[in-house]
Amino acid sequence: MTPAAADAGVDGGPSLTPPPSTGAEQPAEYEVLGLTKAEYLLICEKLGREPNGVELAMFSLLWSEHCAYKHSRKLLRRLPTEGERVVMGPGENAGAVDIGKGYAIAFKVESHNHPSAVEPFQGAATGVGGILRDVFALGARPIAILDSLRFGELDSVRSRHLLDGAVRGIGHYGNSIGVPNVGGEIYFEAPYEHNCLVNAMCVGIARQAEMVRAAAAGIGNAVVLMGASTGRDGIGGASVLASAELGDGDDAKRPTVQIGDPFEESKVLECCLELLGKGLLVSLQDLGAAGLTSSASEMASAGGVGIDLDVTRVPLREADMEPFEIMVSESQERMLAVVDPAKVGEVIAVCEKWQTGAAEIGAITGSGLVRVLRGEEVVGEMPVEALVDGCPLYDLSPAEPEGWIYGNRATLDPGASGEETLLALLASPSVASKRWAFEQYDSIVGSRTARRPESADAAVLAIPEADRAIAVSIDGNGRRVACDPYAGTVEAVLECAQNLACAGAEPLGLTNCLNFGNPEKPVPAWQLDRAVSALADTCEALGVPVVGGNVSLYNEGPEGPIYPTPVVGMVGELPDPALAAPSAFAHEGDAIALLGPFEPSPAGSELAKQRGELDAGLPQPDVAAVAAACTAVRKAVRAGVLASAHDVSDGGLACALAEAAIGAGIGCQVDLQHLRERGCSPEEALFGEGSGGFVISGEREKLEALAGDGVAVIPLGKVGGDAIDVAAGDRSLTVPLAAAASAWHSLTV
Amino acid sequence: MLWGVVQFPGSCDERDALHACELSGEARLIWHEERDLDGVDAVVVPGGFSYGDYLRAGAIARFSPAMEAVAEFAAEGGPVLGICNGFQVLCEAGLLPGALLLNESMRFVCRQVELVTEGLSPPEGGESFHERLSIPAKHGEGRYWAPEEMLDAIEADGQVAFRYAPGQNPNGSARDIAGVRNAAGNVLGLMPHPEHAVDAMTGSTDGLRVFEAVAGSPA
Repeated sequence: MTPAAADAGVDGGPSLTPPPSTGAEQPAEYEVLGLTKAEYLLICEKLGREPNGVELAMFSLLWSEHCAYKHSRKLLRRLPTEGERVVMGPGENAGAVDIGKGYAIAFKVESHNHPSAVEPFQGAATGVGGILRDVFALGARPIAILDSLRFGELDSVRSRHLLDGAVRGIGHYGNSIGVPNVGGEIYFEAPYEHNCLVNAMCVGIARQAEMVRAAAAGIGNAVVLMGASTGRDGIGGASVLASAELGDGDDAKRPTVQIGDPFEESKVLECCLELLGKGLLVSLQDLGAAGLTSSASEMASAGGVGIDLDVTRVPLREADMEPFEIMVSESQERMLAVVDPAKVGEVIAVCEKWQTGAAEIGAITGSGLVRVLRGEEVVGEMPVEALVDGCPLYDLSPAEPEGWIYGNRATLDPGASGEETLLALLASPSVASKRWAFEQYDSIVGSRTARRPESADAAVLAIPEADRAIAVSIDGNGRRVACDPYAGTVEAVLECAQNLACAGAEPLGLTNCLNFGNPEKPVPAWQLDRAVSALADTCEALGVPVVGGNVSLYNEGPEGPIYPTPVVGMVGELPDPALAAPSAFAHEGDAIALLGPFEPSPAGSELAKQRGELDAGLPQPDVAAVAAACTAVRKAVRAGVLASAHDVSDGGLACALAEAAIGAGIGCQVDLQHLRERGCSPEEALFGEGSGGFVISGEREKLEALAGDGVAVIPLGKVGGDAIDVAAGDRSLTVPLAAAASAWHSLTV
Repeated sequence: MLWGVVQFPGSCDERDALHACELSGEARLIWHEERDLDGVDAVVVPGGFSYGDYLRAGAIARFSPAMEAVAEFAAEGGPVLGICNGFQVLCEAGLLPGALLLNESMRFVCRQVELVTEGLSPPEGGESFHERLSIPAKHGEGRYWAPEEMLDAIEADGQVAFRYAPGQNPNGSARDIAGVRNAAGNVLGLMPHPEHAVDAMTGSTDGLRVFEAVAGSPA
């Protein structure tokens, strides 16, 4: 994304109304390709003529929501993107923050939702492949993958199929390429039934001196295409799949899903890192959505230059491919590099060593044009500015819906006992342990994983290069965002911050993936608008810059939009990986306390969902108070005061206590009297949800000493026994540890 | 002690193995196209997905120039350790008995497992025959298989080097076998990853025993 986008000059101009129907005639080609009539006319104006077939195909992709962010770019300008530690911000392949000693941590989250809804294995696999390329395109070696997945309820055959395929696909790609999958989350909610979400995040490490930007530079420099050959897979993926609602006939879209080859990517990765290490590349960009079209145009745009590409020099899988097919193919495992002509021979030699392809396919020019050549013949010629920044940016027409629009489905009797309720919550696939999934991922390759999945609230990775460690978390509860897009999004950011605090880490930067419905409709537009404001305000308040992200709109099925789902990925630092506190209790006899401004409410909770009582509205979190609690926990963890730290999240305090007990294999005896004295009903105290709560354990005096500076510490009880024993008035419960563990470990397909 | 760690295109754990080897000596990578092992004292064939594991895990890697050299090195009694994909490569190359099949669950599994050693050369000053080691396993094709007669024979010859502790078999391996050695005792292969158990920060240091045993195996 480039700043020049603001000058498109037609903001809000064209109407969102589709062009008038041409009656019984076939729709015009531009309509089939997803452009409106107004957009088509604007293209004609910018070219001074009608585009030919190659040009129209390229415009339709670059002017799609997926590439042009035409419904979201204005909103995204609200996000704070600057900070002392920011090395690269939005607009590059990924964001990066300074980690010291000349190193940077690069990271980004991206969606691959629609491909995964059509073909979950390849969709999810290539989602991982794409985000890995974004990170090594900067010159960073990928060191971790996290993923955030959403499916319909697990009692649906389709959801189990999608879950199974997506998990296998993520594992297949990440395991084969040797990048550990260290964390993530999975939620199951009916609104994702038709349109699942597969968001993948990658974290990498780079020597700052070896990092490159995506901007093309140096008129006369060669353009080299590296990696796999180009085939017909994934043609039109960005416009057909990513920028339209899903519906009937999705099986026919299967050819638009790309096929991944992690072995090829592993060779390309090593090859690119060797090339960058030797200083042989001027710039580097991965080929993702819209293939060569977007990579070449965006590199030229960022560098303020032109680019000539000769399609006859692109290595092909099928000899008879048309120029437009070559330009828009989304074949995976390809990278585009700008190289000094004198160094092309050396570049090709390194590619040969890694047994991966390399072909000089064009040159950087001073023309300001993207020219597509077939040998001597010019088959497409467009101003870079028109392609990349010419797309109109639209204002949204948001409207708040009246009340709760997503429906309710009761699965739990309100008369259920405390024991039955706790077991039902622990067994909810959204709350339950995700061991079934994460055991299918290599979480340890690379020898950096100091805290494996579910052993701490955040993944912790050693960074010996900079003599410290990082903690990473990815979060976002769509149901709560659906209840209140503002408060729910604030909570997603706070949950990341809380998870990092449990690991003793201080946030350095944030990436996000905004998964929403059709922005041309008022309700998804309102949800998006509120969520982006919340993201901006919370990041501002916490002082955490947004260094990159991705927008996935049009996530709808026949029943309507998905839950609005901003997924937040946060990276923080800590001095020593060994300091990170475990989530689980550690010693029999330790005291347990609740730290932080936790105000449990039934609104939007897992319990409200199970009882069929979901409704619009959430309490507004007190961001400053939660930030103070995070600071207190972070300091305590670093000082080694806490034996365990776990944030209170889905399923409330009772589930947080149960998780800490199950993980330890030791029970707990807790009395919620102090919480109830603050006005909570027994049920709210047990199962209510909200930001700001930490379940901590350790020596009683040390826990109590953490109170002060506006941070509350409420004693809860002690670690011990073989049951989860919670006194809460008429809802008191005692659940044997084995029964709780069996419920919590029940997730499987 | 100079270790050589073979690197194929698609290897994943070669840096981890290099790091583990460096804890007990010096170590360098051996590129798959090298035919000369250039004076290494022991070889590690590491984990990963050599050549994408296309055709069958390890089936292509066994034909690499480096593996020809490793086979000669092993025939002369040089110590060789195959880990995970490396174990698969050594079985494919005929340097170790048996084969590794798709896990019984049909899924990749990554999990800390308990192993029981059999006849590993004893730790310095110790003489334990059965030691219990906590080492992570991570693989999709790790189910050890051999014909019944061969299983009987390798058990009788003391060629079973590691078994999963009772209840710990993650993949359905025959007779809980996690790793085997050749008849001469200088080639050792196992599915779990000792190179990922050399630092308490990442979970366990029990894997050091495996490297120590290989370094001390008959030359």
